[in-house]
Amino acid sequence: MPTSADTLTEARRLRDLFAAKGAEVVKADVLQPAGTLLDLYGEDIRARAYLTSDPLRGEMVLRPDFTVPVVQMHMETHADPARYTYAGKVFRKQETDETRANEYVQVGYEVFDGQNPAGADAEVFAAIAEGLADLPVRAATGDIGVLMAAVRGLRTTEARKAALLRHIWRPGRFRALMKRFGSGQVTPARAALLAADDPFTDAGADIGLRSRGEVEARIDALRADAAAAPIAAEEIALIDAILGLRETAPNVLSALRDIAVDMPAIGDAVSGMDARLDALTAQGVDVSTLEFEGSYGRTSLEYYDGFVFGFYATDRPDHPPVATGGRYDALTAHLGQGRAVPAVGGVIRPDLALGIRAC
Amino acid sequence: MLKLGVPSKGRLMEKTFDWFGARGVGLRKSGSDREYAGAVDGIDGVELVLLSAGEIPRELAAGNIHLGVTGSDLVREKLANWDAQVAELAPMGFGGADLIIAVPQAWVDVSTLDDLDAVAAAFRRNHGFRLRIATKYHRLVREFLREQGVADYQLVDSQGATEGTVKNETAEAIADITSTGETLRANGLKILDDGLIHASQATLFRGRRRDWTDEQRAKLKALQMVLGI
Repeated sequence: MPTSADTLTEARRLRDLFAAKGAEVVKADVLQPAGTLLDLYGEDIRARAYLTSDPLRGEMVLRPDFTVPVVQMHMETHADPARYTYAGKVFRKQETDETRANEYVQVGYEVFDGQNPAGADAEVFAAIAEGLADLPVRAATGDIGVLMAAVRGLRTTEARKAALLRHIWRPGRFRALMKRFGSGQVTPARAALLAADDPFTDAGADIGLRSRGEVEARIDALRADAAAAPIAAEEIALIDAILGLRETAPNVLSALRDIAVDMPAIGDAVSGMDARLDALTAQGVDVSTLEFEGSYGRTSLEYYDGFVFGFYATDRPDHPPVATGGRYDALTAHLGQGRAVPAVGGVIRPDLALGIRAC
Repeated sequence: MLKLGVPSKGRLMEKTFDWFGARGVGLRKSGSDREYAGAVDGIDGVELVLLSAGEIPRELAAGNIHLGVTGSDLVREKLANWDAQVAELAPMGFGGADLIIAVPQAWVDVSTLDDLDAVAAAFRRNHGFRLRIATKYHRLVREFLREQGVADYQLVDSQGATEGTVKNETAEAIADITSTGETLRANGLKILDDGLIHASQATLFRGRRRDWTDEQRAKLKALQMVLGI
């Protein structure tokens, strides 16, 4: 669908607004190498991105977002702090709802700042909010970092923590893992395998790349897991309490402080949230009415690992968000081959913003 | 005229003819055995179209045929939002096959999707790439694994002899159709306990397009009366 002149005008206005805040205007190729994105997102992106092949460059993808190319570009210059803005189309297949656009303009604001993460979070949120000023939108916020800190603080094995952290973004599997780690039970078939002198008695021929040694290593890991104490019910209840939080940000902060008494591991993340609320207030955001959900951001593509937010049309909660954003420190570590730069960013969809302005 | 698409050869065609025949509607190939033209006895205004079972979902969605017999797996795989484009009129009780996930029998530590997911994480760490699952059912497998929260895998396309891909080291696991499991076992594979993605059977579908004429709608009603569905 051609982008309307109004949308382009609005996109330019937003980009200029962000540039006026000191952001460097950057561009990214429409065709991106697919390898990085596929490695990062796996099959989820294959379902959503337009893949094509180039005889010389291999598998390419129509840019599904700007974040990855902007991070890659930043990693080559590594100025700190740095601010970027961009406006351009992204392309996403819509598998189920054909009324949703499959190509649309995004205008983004990304901040790389290792000195003051709370300030950077607030700066991005406030910039996006300013871009949407006067529109009938409500903001939803969350903090994946609190949940990750809580998982890291569980009194259980590192292997279990790693398994849970890997599935932060898949709520169903996360819940199933919590249940299993909390039960202290294994199925009879599994118990028999772990007790067997030779687990390979009935095994077929060794075929495929996964070696006998890898199977043995996993059996060792399963034995170690079966020997470990179950995660305490109280700790599971604390995780559930964090996930169930849904209140104004100050009330959530207070509830998290209560939880931190029993789970000191989330202390730093809670202090970080406190500092962020102060920074938001300093940016002129009224945090007393700001919504916070403990599980917000868990079903998006898995790169947000801290502050997360979205802006929704007040009277159209069924519509896609007008703007989204969040912190993605781990993504920069992944793309920077271990060299992480704390980063946070947000994008606005000018077409959706205009749509609700017209109402 | 109401166009009925039926698989053009093999057991699926014969069983379909039998199914309609037992319900008073005679379907047959007209002309020589090699010709893909058909005739319908026992009801007027229905035209038999013989075509590949794999093309029937697309032709139904496009409105080129109004009714079609094909596997319920093919409809779900080939059509996005399949139930908005076609509707099931009757499961036909044959052509049964399960789309399943299978792994090497040598993986004695793997019997569930939970195991597969854990193995995928370790495999990616050890080998530097995502665990490969060979299949031709990309949509069904991807949706299933997404719902089940399995990560760190990739689908690799395999349009035939999928059971051999593990031995050939072009995949670590497979997702394929099986009816007895015999071929899987012969290739050193086993089905995951909770690895059933879809239990497929031959099914009579109708297209959901809005541009049907009143005459076509009446004809469908008449056909349903005769068939008793």
